[in-house]
Amino acid sequence: MPILNARDQEAVRKEFERIQGPVKLVVFSQELVAGDLCRQNEQLVREVAELDDRITVEVLNPVIDRERAEAYGVDQVPAIVVEGARDYGIRFLGIPSGYEFSNLIDSIIVASSGEAGLSDATKTSLAELTGDVHIKVFSTPT
Amino acid sequence: MRLAQHMAVASERVTATAIEATEFPDLSRSYRVMAVPKIVINDRVEFEGALPEPQFLEAVLRAVPSAAS
Repeated sequence: MPILNARDQEAVRKEFERIQGPVKLVVFSQELVAGDLCRQNEQLVREVAELDDRITVEVLNPVIDRERAEAYGVDQVPAIVVEGARDYGIRFLGIPSGYEFSNLIDSIIVASSGEAGLSDATKTSLAELTGDVHIKVFSTPT
Repeated sequence: MRLAQHMAVASERVTATAIEATEFPDLSRSYRVMAVPKIVINDRVEFEGALPEPQFLEAVLRAVPSAAS
């Protein structure tokens, strides 16, 4: 049974009209750790990717593909890396449902262009950062 | 997450991770997540609730040790 209904698909397809270039969604799954969640996550990502042929999906297992998981900094599942022309450092831990689903869609669009939707003042400040910044955003599916 | 992911695209120094709190209870507990969204930057600066862009940026800047300090 699909996760996205016809109306969801239509809404996402409309959003995806703004995609500017190729995007790769790298999904991390591990059956033994969180089988159900990983399967649902993988299904959701595949359903999203089917809505636009510029989106590709790769599924990795953090144990079998350990070197790549380490390179991505992913050690928990389910996880999704959203990559555009480069790896921008966007990660989703857990199934992006509810409000996080719209953020997943937004992240695909922004990664496709590499153009952040931020004010010039914010971009200037970020360009002058002297250290690394790791932002964690905790949310729930409601 | 929206601002965080846009900042990640804007700067190679920024990464953004969305965490589904109920699926990662240990992680949520260790960061004392009581209300969502909860934002934690460099494990130094944290706040609950959505902030407008200028205030979010200010929190990011506070999380980076300045060269002077």
